[in-house]
Formats: sequence, C-alpha cells, structure tokens
Amino acid sequence: MAVTLSERAAQHISNFITKRGKGIGIRLGVRTSGCSGMAYSLEFADETTAGDELFVSHGVNVYVDPQSLSYLDGTELDYAREGLNEGFKFNNPNVKNSCGCGESFNV
Amino acid sequence: MALLQIAEPGMSAAPHQHRLAVGIDLGTTNSLVATVRSGMAVVLDDEAGRSLLPSVVRYHADGVVDVGHVAQSAQNRDPHNTIVSAKRFMGRGLADIEDVASLPYRFVDAPGMLQLKTAAGVRSPVEISAEILRALRQRAEAALGGELVGAVITVPAYFDDAQRQATKDAAQVAGLNVLRLLNEPTAAAIAYGLDNAAEGVYAVYDFGGGTFDISILRLSRGVFEVLATHGDSALGGDDFDQRVFCWILEQGRFAPLSANDARLLLTKARDAKEALTEHTEVRVTAVLSTGEMMDATLTQDEFNRMTAGLVNKTLVPTRKALRDAGLSADDVKGVVMVGGSTRMPCIRQAVADFFRQTPLTNLDPDKVVALGAATQADVLAGNRAGDDWLLLDVIPLSLGLETMGGLTEKVIPRNTTIPTARAQEFTTFKDGQTAMSVHVLQGERELATDCRSLARFELRGIPPMVAGAARIRVTFQVDADGLLSVSAREQSTGVEASVQVKPSYGLADSDITRMLKDAFTHARDDMYARALTEQIVEAQGLIAATRAALAEDGALLNAAETAAVEAGIASLETLLGGSDHHALKRGVEALNAATTEFAQRRMDRNVRRAMAGQKLENFG
Repeated sequence: MAVTLSERAAQHISNFITKRGKGIGIRLGVRTSGCSGMAYSLEFADETTAGDELFVSHGVNVYVDPQSLSYLDGTELDYAREGLNEGFKFNNPNVKNSCGCGESFNV
Repeated sequence: MALLQIAEPGMSAAPHQHRLAVGIDLGTTNSLVATVRSGMAVVLDDEAGRSLLPSVVRYHADGVVDVGHVAQSAQNRDPHNTIVSAKRFMGRGLADIEDVASLPYRFVDAPGMLQLKTAAGVRSPVEISAEILRALRQRAEAALGGELVGAVITVPAYFDDAQRQATKDAAQVAGLNVLRLLNEPTAAAIAYGLDNAAEGVYAVYDFGGGTFDISILRLSRGVFEVLATHGDSALGGDDFDQRVFCWILEQGRFAPLSANDARLLLTKARDAKEALTEHTEVRVTAVLSTGEMMDATLTQDEFNRMTAGLVNKTLVPTRKALRDAGLSADDVKGVVMVGGSTRMPCIRQAVADFFRQTPLTNLDPDKVVALGAATQADVLAGNRAGDDWLLLDVIPLSLGLETMGGLTEKVIPRNTTIPTARAQEFTTFKDGQTAMSVHVLQGERELATDCRSLARFELRGIPPMVAGAARIRVTFQVDADGLLSVSAREQSTGVEASVQVKPSYGLADSDITRMLKDAFTHARDDMYARALTEQIVEAQGLIAATRAALAEDGALLNAAETAAVEAGIASLETLLGGSDHHALKRGVEALNAATTEFAQRRMDRNVRRAMAGQKLENFG
C-alpha cells in the first residue's frame, strides 16, 4: 500500500510548507460527500493522529488515515497547470467514475 | 479534473464549495489581483504572464470596452474615450478636480459625482472602475477555476466616506462581493506578516509613480491600528524622471523639442533612472528627429545629488505623520516599502537613515498591497482556522457637527480608529424649540464653513421645553468600512432621527492634504476666528443681561453709576463691530468690572428679599 507524490508536487509542497512557516507534512484523505459520493481532502499536517500511515515521497511526509488509505492506495498526487489555473491533482487508480469536475468520485 | 489547493488542517472545503477569495489592489495607475494558494499569497497573472493590469478603460462607439494594456495602447490615439486614473474621480465632483483643463476628458458635472462623456455614452467613475474590477474578477475566476465568494479591495487610508462608498459600488457593479475594504498600508503590513510580528509601531512608506503616502501603524494584541497618515499627492517617481529629463536637456543643449522628441527623452530619462537602481552609472544616448545627438554618462552620485530635494520632500510628511501619532523615528520597529519608486537606492538609503534601520524590501513593492489583501481575504472567507484578525483603520479627517455661531464641534477626532461610535449631548437653544437641525461636517477647521458638509438632517418632535432642558444625544457611528451613520435622540421622549451618510461627493487625496495644510496654516486665523466668535457671543450675552438688570433694578444705582454702566455697554457695543477679540475681551472685562458693584447690590437685595419673613432655622 502506498501513496506517492510526483516530483513537481513534492517541490511545491515543500515550498508551501516553508512559506507557511510550520507543518510536518501534508495529509491526504477521503470523505464521503459530494455529488459522486466521495471527495478528496488535502491539508497541511501539523501533528500526527493515532493510526496514521506515513509515506515519505521525495522527502515530503504524507500522512493518510487508515480508512482513507483503502480508497487512496496507489494514488499519485501531481501538481498541474491548466490555463491560468494551477494546483494539485489526484491520479487515483481506484476511481471508477467521477463527477464532471472530478472533485468527487466513487470506487 | 479539478485542481486542488492544500487547506489548513480541518479546513478542507466540500466539493464545489471552495471559498475562493481574492485581494484586489485597485490602483490609480495599475491594478492587481492576488489570492492565497496552498497557504501562500500569490499575484494572479494574465494569459501573457503580466501581473499588472493598467487601470485604463477605453470605450468604443459600438459598446465594446477595452481594459488594461489594449486600452492603454490607444491612449494617445483616442484620448477622449480612453480613461486613465479613474480612481482620482471616484466620489468627487467636478469642482474637486483641480486640473480639469489639462485633462482630455469631456466631463459632465452631475449631482454627487462627476461623469465622463465617452463614445459609448456618459459613464461615471464608478462604472469605469467596475470595468477594471470585472477584468480582474474574470482573470481570478479563470485562474481559480470557480466563482469568487468575495474580494478584499484596498483603498488609500485617507479615502473618505464618498470615495469608499464609490469603491464598494464599483465592486457591486462588477459582480464582486466586498468582504472588506482595507487600507493600503495595512495590507502592505499584512503581506510582510507583521500581524504575526512583535507588537509595536510600524511605518509604511508608499512611494508610487505620482503620489507619496506615509502611514504609521501600531500592532497591539494582534490588532492593527492606523495611527496617522500623511502624504504628498503630487510627488512621485515621475518627478525623478523629470529631473533626469532636465539633466538630459542640459547635456544635449537641444533646440526646442517636438512633442515626439520630448516623449523620447522622457522615456530615456525613466530608463536611466531604472538602470541606476542596479548600476552605479548609466550611459544615456539619444538621436532626435532633428538629427541632434547626445551621449553622456549619468552616475548614481550625480542622480542622487539632483534628486536629493525630492527625497527630502518625502521626509516632511513622514515627520508630520510621526508627530500626529505622537512618536519619534526611534519608536518605529519596522518600515515597509511599497510602490515602484522605493526601488531607488537613494530612497532606501534616506528611509534607512531617517528611521535608523534597514527597511523591509524583500517583497515586490508593486505587489505587496495586493498580497496583503489576498491574505486578509483568505481569512475573511473562512479558510483559516483560529485566526481572529480584527483590523482597525483610521478616520482621515475629524467628523463633527455645526453648533451655534457656525463653529465646528468635533465628535470623532482625526485618526480615531474604526469601527467606532461616539456620542455627545446637545441641547435646545430657544424656549419651546421642537426641532433641531443636525449638520454633519468633516474637517479640521474651527469654522463650519471651512469644513466639508457631509449631510444635514432634522430631529423633529422634541417636546416644547425651556431652552437648555432638552437632552439630545447625537451618536456618530463609523463601521469597519469607514462609512458613517449619525443619529440624534431626544432622551426624555426617545424621539429619534438618523442619517446614513452617503455624502453627495467627497474629498480626494489632494483635498485632504489641502484641508490638513489649511488647518495648520490657518490654525492661527481659526483660533482668532473662534476666539472672536466666542467673545461676541459672550459680549452680547453680557449686554443683554446688563440691560435686563438695569430695566429691573435700575433703582439700585444713582444717576452717575447708571451712566457709568451705560457707557460700558455703549463702548462694548462699538467693539462688537470690530474684529479684535482681545479688545472685545477687555471690553467685556471692563463692563463686568463696572457692574460688579451693581451685581453685588442686586444679590444683597435679593437675599434680603428671600430671607424676609423666614425664620432663621430655615437657613440652617
């Protein structure tokens, strides 16, 4: 079981954490909500929670809680630029279909 | 799929519910939009990678509107329909614009705010600003991939009610929800994270292309407070270009220049100035249309020498702002540099020398205000946990009302932090008075006629009482955006009247500067005027009282004494027509002295009358 970051994503995350001035890494999660049932969450991590899985990718700590991990296994988090917009993108092999914008999905 | 940003712990938004918020620096020359992405404030660029949007709007006859670079490029070709610096006209009447004649626009004087006649019809500065805001909103929505929940828009700290209201109106026209208007210096301080810094006093030195502003801020208990602002609305980087331009003319000894050659040399001057921020000398070469040539070297020392006067000119308002705040340069903990002109080494050096510390310059001085606004917008949109910022701003000019005799009574003094509410009690002047007119004023002068009239309203239905018995509480309230409401309430009956001050038109930067300057230069005149008015009121009161006493108790005086008192009245009356308040005061004192004996006798007589027929124990 693993969750990884693309090199570009890792670079941006390190940069953001440095600018923010605190944080031990990022936390990826899945919550049940949204038009297709589930949604990603992407947050800065300031502390670990009991049961967290820790993956270290390109030197960045990625924390995932065990429930979310079953939906996120194999996911690579990438940083992309689309037109004027830029941000993080989940490449998740578990997703069967997602809503038009991809913000929520089901497996 | 959608692109996500890293949220603060526990602050992830539900899908499709990202609280996208931006900060907008709506500038006179250029505007910017910024946002917070994954916790970091960034300025949003356009498709061509440019972050500055020239604050220029061009109207075509067919209704097409160009904004920004496209409009700017047409400025010389189509000056009537290409509006530059609309910010200067926000909330202002035609009478407020001093250089109307030199501007290429076809102004229409309208009640409230001036308007401009363009190929697409008559447009108000609010609509023009709205075009700029709309362009920034579209840029932001494209860059953030969704609709904005709101924006923080920055305004100069000295913007008055009308100008702030006009800015809010423009945002509304552009379809933007205004989370908050934020003072530019406060935004700059936030961009530098000074809100998380040690408590203390900070200075924001904002030197742009055409204006200079200095603000003194105090951070205490996590709260920013603007202590004082000052500036020079006619001093900027352009003046430095002008000095270099003059130097070029001296070097070149050219024949009278054509407009094109003058423009060419002015551009050369600006390039030279900019080159000198990184190099110690620059070679200036030019070939004019007449075939004349120049080739000379300008050193940084020479540049510093010829612009030293301009640099010093910024230190005058800086001193004044510190004095207004009751502080000295040593009290200032940090200095934030804003505006492109602060890139000049001579400016940085002068500021460093003045405050005896190195100013903060690591953020782009053109972007710092927008970045701070974005940070504030992120907080107000609810994307930060636990952060509880309360930003305080300041009232640029005192607010008050007109009292008897045309004097100004200040209710909220200048530089009071907002939001604020102050109340003061007033009373009726005449017996049986049932209405009171409240005239709301803004300004520093002692006489109401010298201040700006903001609004008038009437409190009616005061029960008839003897003069001075009614208690009318007038409350001035200024909200977080700096907008004023005034209410008056008669305390015994609860009769109330109020007004939301949307002044017919406001004051601009130069007006404020002028009014403040007037207040200083006229402080002496004002003091005399006030003293004179007070003495006149006093003398009139004394004459009336003395006459009444003579009519009632003239019998207590012999003929000679009566003549002396009457002579006193007569001489005081002749002084009333004059303008010497000292003489008037002496006259009042003389009449007082002349009537002391008379007053004593009246008092004794009254006491005797009152005591007559009373038993002694009643006075125990």
